[in-house]
This record gives sequence, structure tokens and C-alpha cells, in this order.
Amino acid sequence: MPIQIIVEKCTGCTLCLKACPFDAIRMMDKKAVINYDKCTLCGACVPACKFKAILLQKEVCPVKVDFKDYKGVWVFAEQKKGKVQPIAFELLGKARELAADLGTEVSAVLLGNRLEEEIQELIWRGADKVYVAERLELANYQDEPYTNVIVELINKYKPEAFLCGATSIGRSLISRIAIKIKAGLTADCTELAVDREKKILLQTRPAFGGNIMATIVCPNYRPQMATVRHKVFPEAISDMKRKGKVIRENFDGAILNSRTRLLDIIDEIESTVNIADADIIVAGGRGMKAPENFKLLEELAKALGGAVGASRAAVDSGWMPYSHQVGQTGKTVCPKVYIACGISGQIQHLVGMQSSGTIIAINSDSFAPIFKVANYGIVGDALEILPLLTKKLKEVLKR
Amino acid sequence: MRGSACSSAWFSGIDMNIIVCIKQVPETTEVRINPETNTLMREGVKSIINPFDMYAIEEGVRLKEKVGGKVTVLTMGPPQAEAALKEAISLGADEAVLLSDRAFAGSDTWATSYTLAAGVRKLKEYDLIICGKQASDGDTAQVGPGIATHLDIPQVTYVKKIEEVKDKTIRVERMTEEGYEVIESSLPLLITVVKEINTPRMPSLRGLMRSKQAKITVLGVKDLDVEATHLGLCGSPTQVAKIFTPPARPEGEKIEGTAEEIAVKLAEILKREK
Repeated sequence: MPIQIIVEKCTGCTLCLKACPFDAIRMMDKKAVINYDKCTLCGACVPACKFKAILLQKEVCPVKVDFKDYKGVWVFAEQKKGKVQPIAFELLGKARELAADLGTEVSAVLLGNRLEEEIQELIWRGADKVYVAERLELANYQDEPYTNVIVELINKYKPEAFLCGATSIGRSLISRIAIKIKAGLTADCTELAVDREKKILLQTRPAFGGNIMATIVCPNYRPQMATVRHKVFPEAISDMKRKGKVIRENFDGAILNSRTRLLDIIDEIESTVNIADADIIVAGGRGMKAPENFKLLEELAKALGGAVGASRAAVDSGWMPYSHQVGQTGKTVCPKVYIACGISGQIQHLVGMQSSGTIIAINSDSFAPIFKVANYGIVGDALEILPLLTKKLKEVLKR
Repeated sequence: MRGSACSSAWFSGIDMNIIVCIKQVPETTEVRINPETNTLMREGVKSIINPFDMYAIEEGVRLKEKVGGKVTVLTMGPPQAEAALKEAISLGADEAVLLSDRAFAGSDTWATSYTLAAGVRKLKEYDLIICGKQASDGDTAQVGPGIATHLDIPQVTYVKKIEEVKDKTIRVERMTEEGYEVIESSLPLLITVVKEINTPRMPSLRGLMRSKQAKITVLGVKDLDVEATHLGLCGSPTQVAKIFTPPARPEGEKIEGTAEEIAVKLAEILKREK
């Protein structure tokens, strides 16, 4: 196996046991022993060992590769109904930083139909080049034609990195692309940087429920692909003086075929403010006591220009629709401000919101786990505080 | 425009071969954080079926009950993943296949979906593959689409409803950020499902009896048509360069006072942070 304990160096301190997320290390005769049936080679134990007694050979399978043809950082410019989504501008901002460190340029990839104004906007937001494929068949996202077109573009122009939003479209699309071209793909990166020496992308993401961070690299494959969730990076500012090049590619025939057919797109009114997209979320849990009390959250959210979220308990009680659920079985959100009202903060909820900018928690139980992640904690009754807060806030905002 | 849901025609007697791909994961509710070191304490943590896969199993079983056919559960994992497959049988699955080999260890999503696709091919006939939308321990949502791509079949992710199944086609609703899409596809198809699609049943007594006696087929590298260069650690394009504990969140500030005073302070904070 590519992982081994160097018996002479092991002191039997058991630090690696605690670091193993899979319970795959046991002590035998005061030495650590790996159970290879359980070990997934995740490497969590390696840095945990203070005596360098665990060896994980990452270079067991050297691939001879030459990547000097691969240049540029690409961003998938997701569009819906002809409008480029904000996530693309967030990615462009980050892509500019990465491209500067890599000494290369930034390109956006835009698929759709009749997108003239959007192309201009992508240039203003930081794209040096925009690759455009316009066809009626590409007007709305569909897995197969989008995958085929982008795979062609990647094979032709060879980018070294490819960034995509971790949206319902982005996650479906990029997974297919990565398989087809055999590239490494890291989901939901919260940090992207460049190893200046090796000129590779350092992709950092939460692992094992967000309590451990892992930095992932793909040194032997190109492009290096990553998805990023909403609101993790700030949007690139639009600069109308920026100039860029537009490269139009024509596609025809089988490449545009799809075995799935989009029959209808239905937008539900209740989710006019998408929680994954919101800057401010006012969320409620069981402590809101009754469905009608969610009005208090809606009023505060409205005053703040935010959206309403809910814990699983509130959704399972039928107080709020599932599309508002934050947490492990709902959505992961990362707003600037998250206000948790009457939410105790079970680990499943915390993993869905703990990377928010500022967390404010109102709960009557002073021992509620939500206070462990809160920047501001209020032990009190949300039902009493919320209406007062909305009123005061309106006054303050008017000043 | 399409007709209303009432016009849905469910065809019985299609006899679908349904494959449900599942993953065994650590139960998060039992994971505690050591407050001093801010590390995970996983001693004695129970393994469960990935919560999203419970909806996949249920949907497979419901579909079989409606149109006839067979549900096979498939997983890749260490020998103890057999427990997850047995649980799936207690919930109504008919057969179970475990892909287990040390050569699979260290697989990232590319190698995992490659191996699972090879397992699906071994099962030969299939009309529909169902996966949970993502696994709770990795959250990548890549393996479902990965299997579909390796098999060169279409996919629909985030399915919240199967509207209709016919002999060669299926119509489903796919959840989006704003609402949902209605998508029709040819079969075979791979779908990934969200929580909204159903409420999973509890295991029946008969199911529990069956699961005890069930024979799990275990397949290793030799049983599959795979290339070694695409398996496990070597077959995985991604490498873990570093694992670290995120900096602990600074101690929060307590805001105290009467409800009125709290509201005033919070309003100021919100104005500043907004």
C-alpha cells in the first residue's frame, strides 16, 4: 500500500488515531497499525504525526506530462434566460488574481443564443478573451451539448485552469467535462491560490463536514478544474475601459444533440430571492414556535434586502418550503450576514452556514451550539426581539 | 405546453432494471468537535447509508412497485460497506453488489465513478440508475454525473419528481435555484435525487428477514473490465497536498440588555455589516 507506518519512528502517541476520519488506525504493541480495509488514503494522519512516522507516497504513479501548451485561466460564464449570472463575475475576479500569479490571461466561455451585451459585460468584468458559441440549441443549459462544446473548446485552446460555479448547472456540467477529458476536479473551493514555484493551482475546500480543510492539487492533469460556491469571492468590478477579444466558434450537427429534452422551465414565486445567492439571510428554526411567526423573519429580511432561510426542523414541520432549508440536507450558504433565530445549531445546520461572514444568533437556550459559531450572541426570545429590531433597523437605515 | 400532471400515464408491466448507487458514510450527528483542539472526534462513529441515498433507494423501490422490475444496489467500499447494502435490501432492494478491492483505495471522484461504471456494465441490463444528489462526507455531487459520462448515457441531476415512465422514455422534474425544469429523456438514464422526491419508508419485518439471508455479490479488480491506470490513488487526477484545521472562529460577543436595548445594538451592527 502507498501508506506506511515507519515502525522505528512511531512513539505510540496515538495522535494519528485521533486524526483519522475513518477509524482506520489501531494501536498494537504501542505502535500504530493501519487497517487497510478501512483506510481511504486521505492523508489526514500524515501531518498529524509529529514524528514523521507516516509515509504516504503520492508519487507512486508518475505520469510523464508536458503542459507547456496549456495556458490561461478559463471561467464558465453561466447564463440563464440570456443573462450572465453573478457567479461568473465572482469567478472572474478570482481568475484575474490567479492569472496574474501564473503570468497568463483570463478567458470567459459563454454558450447560449443572442448574447451580444453579455459578451461586452464579461470583458468589462475582467475577461481578456471571450469564447462564444451561439446556437438556438444552446439557448438553455442542457448537459450533453454544453459538455460536448466545451470539451471541444478545451481540446482546441488548452487552458491550464477552468473555474465554474457550484450551481445546479455548473456542478452537473463540469463533472461531465472532467470525466471526458480526464482532468482533476475539486468541488466547492473556498480558497484558490497559485503555487508560484510549481505554477499549479492550490485548491482548498472544507472536508469531512467542514471541520477540516484540505488543499487539493492536480499536478499531472490539465486543465486544473474547480467549482466555487456563490458569494465565496467578491464580484469583479465592471470597468468600461477594458478591452478584450471575442472568439466565435461555430458548432453544428451531432455535437449539439441531446438525449434529454427541456420541456418547461418553471420559476416559483416563493424563491424570488434565492438563498444561495443572498447577501443577507434571516433564518428561523423550531424556536420560532409557529409558521405564522416566520412573517417576523420575512419583515426583517425585507428591511435588509435579504432572504429567509429555515432549519430542517422548521421545514420538516411544514413551516417553510424545502427550497429555504439551510444545512446538510438543504443548501450550503455563505452570505455576508446570517441571522439565526430560534435555531439551536445542530452540526447538520452548522455545516451549511458556518462559513458566513458575520453570524448573529438569537436563542433562548444559552447552551445552544449555535453560539459557538456566532460573532454576536443574544440569549433571548427571538419572537420578542425581532419586531423591535425590524422597527429600529428601519429608523437607523433612514438616518 | 405540456399537459397537467393528471394526464400522467404510468405504465405497469414495463419491468425496469433499476440500479441504485449508494455510499457508506460516517454518521455526522455523532461527530463531535473537540473544543480545545478544534479537531474531529470520530472514535466509535457509526457508519450509515449516505442520507441522500436513502431517497434514491426509496425512489427505486417505489418505481419497481409501480411498473415492475428489479432494484439492484451497488456500492464501492471496504468489506464493511456490506452492512449498507444489507440495509438497502431491508428497505426493498432485490439484489446487492459490492465493489471491493484494495486497488480501489484512494479513489477520487474520477476513479470512483470509473469503477462504479464498470460495476454497472457488469450488471449488463439497466434502464435507470438512481443516485443521491451528493454524499454527506464529500459534498461533491460529481460521482452521479461521472458514472453517466463513463457509461455514455444522459443524466438529469437534482430530480425532485418522476412524472411519468414509458417503455423507452421518462419525464422528470429537476430542481433549480429558481424553481424547477421539466425534462424528458430516453432510457437508459442516470438521475440524482433530492430530499423532496419522497419520504423513505422504514424497513419492513420481511425486509429485515430478507436482508439477513441476502447474499451480497462482491466483485474485485479481476471481476471487472477495468484498466489499472484508472483505479484508486493512481487513477485519481486530484491529490491531497495538505490537510489542516481551519483557524478557530474568534470568541463571539454577547449582547445583553432588555429586548429594546438589544434591538438598538443589533440595528447598528446590521447597518454596519450590511
